[in-house]
Amino acid sequence: MAKLLGGIATSHIPAIGVAMDQGLEETPYWKEFFEAYPPVRDWLYTQEPDIAIIFYNDHGLEFFHDRKPTFAIGAAEQYENADEGWGIAEIPPVTGETELSWHIVNHLIEHDFDITVCQEMKVDHGLTVPLTLMWPGHKYGHVKVIPVAINCERHPMPKPSRSYAFGKAIGDAVRSFAGDQKVVVMGTGGLSHQLDGQRAGFINKPFDLYCMEKIVDEPELLTRYSNYELVEEAGAQGVELNMWLAMRGALEGEGKLKELHRSYHLPISNTGAGLQLLATNSAR
Amino acid sequence: MSQTVNIPGTIMLDGPMATKGYPLNKMCYSFNNAAARNEFKEDEEAYYEKFKLTEDQRDAMRKRDVIAMLEAGGSIYYLAKFAGLLGLSVQDVGGLQTGMSTEEFKAFLVKQGEV
Repeated sequence: MAKLLGGIATSHIPAIGVAMDQGLEETPYWKEFFEAYPPVRDWLYTQEPDIAIIFYNDHGLEFFHDRKPTFAIGAAEQYENADEGWGIAEIPPVTGETELSWHIVNHLIEHDFDITVCQEMKVDHGLTVPLTLMWPGHKYGHVKVIPVAINCERHPMPKPSRSYAFGKAIGDAVRSFAGDQKVVVMGTGGLSHQLDGQRAGFINKPFDLYCMEKIVDEPELLTRYSNYELVEEAGAQGVELNMWLAMRGALEGEGKLKELHRSYHLPISNTGAGLQLLATNSAR
Repeated sequence: MSQTVNIPGTIMLDGPMATKGYPLNKMCYSFNNAAARNEFKEDEEAYYEKFKLTEDQRDAMRKRDVIAMLEAGGSIYYLAKFAGLLGLSVQDVGGLQTGMSTEEFKAFLVKQGEV
């Protein structure tokens, strides 16, 4: 059976990708932020996952309002990145995977998540920034990525409780997959931020810290929020917490988790940036 | 989902807003493409016409009024592509919406870490 090694939650702010491209990691603005990452990279290096399931949201590269799925999953051998319009450098293609993807799709449909399946899709900074953060220097080609997109842009969007249950169904699917693959799940985005409106710039550090504390052992305290409540507490784009909850949901059923890393830094761009690593008993 | 929820300074992009904003968002989505960005720069008015923007949307675009774009149904994800085309950073856009200078806006972001 495939094994879930753990989950990583990280910000996916575009400015991070730009900073890495320009080699700004050691500059005063960025130093503290990037210093948080080596322990998580080391863990990945030690664990040698074969597959990374990455929960992210598309920001208008692959999906437009003409056909915007609520939940979508990739089932392709490769995923391309492309010009997003405002200057983040494109990264080399991301390696995909189809067998576990289709297994997950079957399991999801069987368990009442009628998901959109993409046999070709472009992945944007929501996925590429976390990938680059975990494997700098574009050294991610050996990891097979399964992109899972959650609508966090246009209301109505999936409820936190539903995002969690969706993640749980994906975790169950991984555990029922015949094979000896080692899998990590990643929740990307957040934490609190608001880009639009007169309330732009809103960040709620106490709420972010609360979320990072509760997601470890009491995620049910977070899944009871509505998306409107999340907008109020965490800003218009704070609903990206849904990706963290999907990641955490995937680890439900793994028993007690070991929190190996938690850090938080603000501001990065307009955002409170969190990084967290939760390991299962299957991890070395 | 309740439509009566009102969070000051927040313009919710829900279904009706997305319907209203469709031409504007579609135009901004096109800015993923470098050729489209150049076409816009060459003749903005012709580009508005090509995507059949409403009069309110054209007016908001002409004035570079981000709040008016949001009120006309704009989604910040697509408007960000327009901001990028203009060479504006996310903090510049934050300043424009809040009436702060970019530096004031950046200081405001930092201040929220002091709690």
